[in-house]
Amino acid sequence: MDDTGTVVAFWILAAITVGSALMVVATRNLVHAVVFLIVSFMGVAGLYITLSADFVAVTQILIYAGAISVLMIFAILLTPRADRTNAETFLRLPAFLLALLVGMIIGFVSIDTDWRIADRAGFQDTAATIGEALLDKYVLPFEIASVLLLVAMLGAIVLVRPEGAMEED
Amino acid sequence: MSVYLEHYLVVGAILFAIGLYLALAKRNFVGVLMGIELMFNAVNLTFVAFSRFVQSPNPLNGHVFVVFVITVAAAEAATALALAVLLYRVRETIDVDRLDLLKW
Repeated sequence: MDDTGTVVAFWILAAITVGSALMVVATRNLVHAVVFLIVSFMGVAGLYITLSADFVAVTQILIYAGAISVLMIFAILLTPRADRTNAETFLRLPAFLLALLVGMIIGFVSIDTDWRIADRAGFQDTAATIGEALLDKYVLPFEIASVLLLVAMLGAIVLVRPEGAMEED
Repeated sequence: MSVYLEHYLVVGAILFAIGLYLALAKRNFVGVLMGIELMFNAVNLTFVAFSRFVQSPNPLNGHVFVVFVITVAAAEAATALALAVLLYRVRETIDVDRLDLLKW
């Protein structure tokens, strides 16, 4: 992708995404960490737009920046006496070394491999093609995904139901 | 100057490493979950980047996979955060290094 706008947008969005992901690690307040995580999700959505993936970008903002972040804030606020300092456990150094190693291996492999690059322009409208694929070739996984979401919703409700709610029925 | 597949893959690798560190090292259960969500995002970013750049008869299959990954991630987040609230009710803490019921 050669045009200047895409290049500038990529570097700015990559800096925002990685920078706020690092701030999630560095900040000492768990609620601030969630806010930085939302900024990072938004940056990933912008990167999707530079890849001409419009449907996935909108889904990213709806599900991640909207729903999952709100769930996390709910979980933090529903645990008021828990530790909110965003501290590390004793595994801090080994986890850092392992993360560094994994990141460097993936980065090295992705730079070193000779990918079969296709010389094609960006996609025009992805939503129609994704919808057709979901209802044609991937219809079984699509139905299983709906069952999975139903099970997850019921499981979450049953888990957090107060004690003794069963006997009232 | 232009942007190639490798740029996106390196951003994905950095995001994955940060998420891995969060998931392994953070003390609060919600912090661990944030790391897992960041790792999901890194994987989705590489899916979409491959879908855009690499030769394929159906180039949009990567996007379909991303939709499924987001679905599973949403289900996982809902159940895990419900577990966090339940743990807090029973143990008054959600620090993962103090949840040692299974340690013998």
